[in-house]
Amino acid sequence: MNLDTPMSATPDRAETGSPQMIQIARRQQIQDAIFHRLTQGFSLLVLLALMGIIVSLFINAWPTFQKFGVQFIWHVEWDIINEDFGAAIAIVGTLASAAIALLIAVPLAFGIALFLTETCPVWLRRPLGTAIELLAAVPSIIYGMFGLFVFAPLFADYMQVPLQKVLGGLPLVGFLFGGATNGLGIMAAGIILAFMVLPFIASVMRDVFEIVPPILRESAYGLGCTTWEVVRRVVLPYTQKGVVGGVMLGLGRALGETMAVTFVIGNANRMPTSLFSPGTSIASTLANEFAEAADFHLSTLFALGFLLFVITFVVLTAAKIMINRAEKAKGI
Amino acid sequence: MDFNHQLYRRRQRANAVGLTLSMGAMVLGLVVLLWILVVLFKNGLSAVDWNMFSQDTPAPGTEGGGLRNAIVGSLMMVGLTVLVATPIGILAGVYLSEYGDESKTASLTRFVTDIMLSAPSIVLGLFVYAIAVATVGNFSGYAGSLALSLIAVPVVVRTTENMLRLVPGSLREAAFALGAPRWKVATMVTLRAAKSGVITGVLLAIARISGETAPLLFTALNNQFFSTDMGTPMANLPVVIFQFAMSPYDNWIRLAWGGALLITLAVLVLNILARVVFREKVAR
Repeated sequence: MNLDTPMSATPDRAETGSPQMIQIARRQQIQDAIFHRLTQGFSLLVLLALMGIIVSLFINAWPTFQKFGVQFIWHVEWDIINEDFGAAIAIVGTLASAAIALLIAVPLAFGIALFLTETCPVWLRRPLGTAIELLAAVPSIIYGMFGLFVFAPLFADYMQVPLQKVLGGLPLVGFLFGGATNGLGIMAAGIILAFMVLPFIASVMRDVFEIVPPILRESAYGLGCTTWEVVRRVVLPYTQKGVVGGVMLGLGRALGETMAVTFVIGNANRMPTSLFSPGTSIASTLANEFAEAADFHLSTLFALGFLLFVITFVVLTAAKIMINRAEKAKGI
Repeated sequence: MDFNHQLYRRRQRANAVGLTLSMGAMVLGLVVLLWILVVLFKNGLSAVDWNMFSQDTPAPGTEGGGLRNAIVGSLMMVGLTVLVATPIGILAGVYLSEYGDESKTASLTRFVTDIMLSAPSIVLGLFVYAIAVATVGNFSGYAGSLALSLIAVPVVVRTTENMLRLVPGSLREAAFALGAPRWKVATMVTLRAAKSGVITGVLLAIARISGETAPLLFTALNNQFFSTDMGTPMANLPVVIFQFAMSPYDNWIRLAWGGALLITLAVLVLNILARVVFREKVAR
């Protein structure tokens, strides 16, 4: 609500009133100005926090960047005793688990959004939508425990062993399914992550599907399109930006997720050689090592944190821009 | 023109397959939610008894014990966070909706708030470690609360703003016409009209922070003993669950399941409560 002209008594109007009126008007103007600045100050706190995060992480990470330079990013080593550090192992683990998560979560989220906007009976839409949102509300540590105690053993017996038997012998891709089948590793982390980011992607998709003008949908149905064709060829192209934004939002979440990944990724500081091999992500390295780290080791962890923040910041910014554009198109 | 039966059948089949798969995705989502709840109840219920609330966390490898110190620590930290984050979040939300609107400052703040909503919480923990733990020299409950506030404030800001925007402009104009200054309109008319929406935001923020583990790992740390001194390391449920679940001791793992059930129930109830509060408002 922008009301540009100050609505409290304007000065020239007040001057025609009694001295008492003028006094009240002046006082209210001052109070108004104070309240304006106060609320503005609080909203600027958020900006200040962001600047503070970037600056303080960078300052604390500086010794690492100074010693290793940009090489830190692709150096494959994490040797605490000899103080030889590189972020590559953690970055690969982070990206690989997030990529697996998206591969699984995006089609599922699309299916859920399609169901909730097209086929679901109206009275069921709200309860089912809420149920999916509750999936997002479950704390990540619960996903972690679920993954470690319930999912990992089942995953080992019913997925890893058969997959290894069938696909492990193939040329070119066989190596992806090698290694120990104990249920923990990059792939398990990716699957758990998929269900954590699924509700975020699904709810963005549902929201943008709903802003498609009814006339577009109805025209397509009028031409004799099936529901699937309407969604594939009308709704999806129309909401492209929003859908990509939702996927990016999910990616941002998946990259920075800590607890669930820490439980199931296996926490090994080695370069993963297959989808089943244990690895580590930036966030899980921080969670595991930070409390016991000291001196230079601490600074390398700050450097990892800085990298993670920069990566997620870029991804989330892109996501936000995409979603904003999609929502602006609503008026057309 | 001949009616192409083959094409028609193919289109029908594609439609049926697509819709079935989409329904399958929905079912899978629900199954996972139910599965998690069933697992939590099955494993957690046996640990939930009076001892859980009356005894402190046991030493490694010992029997018995409870989660009293962790529950109290969590409640204190979340409580302090709510006290800090609610006024900041509401005032910032008022600025965005009533004063800032489309101005550059407001747009930038809105953008940054949205980013902070999804920023990795562990990085917020790192930041708080750098400014409130490394400088002071010890882990503390206050630092934990600060880290949680960084997560809670954006939630409150965005819901407050959205709810204030739902208040009809005519209500504001009526107040202005009576000669009320803007700050009075904002606090006594708009904010009051959007009260239940704002409460929704606060409830969602509490739900969001009660399960957060990562930002507490190196801010509040943990404490084996009962303590209400927020200037020292403090036990809290999420970190205790993390530590206990990763341990080799059966008793610790049992307690971790109990704590997990407790937290999940609290978070889900808060979420549903927030929706009920909001819906009542919309219905009226």
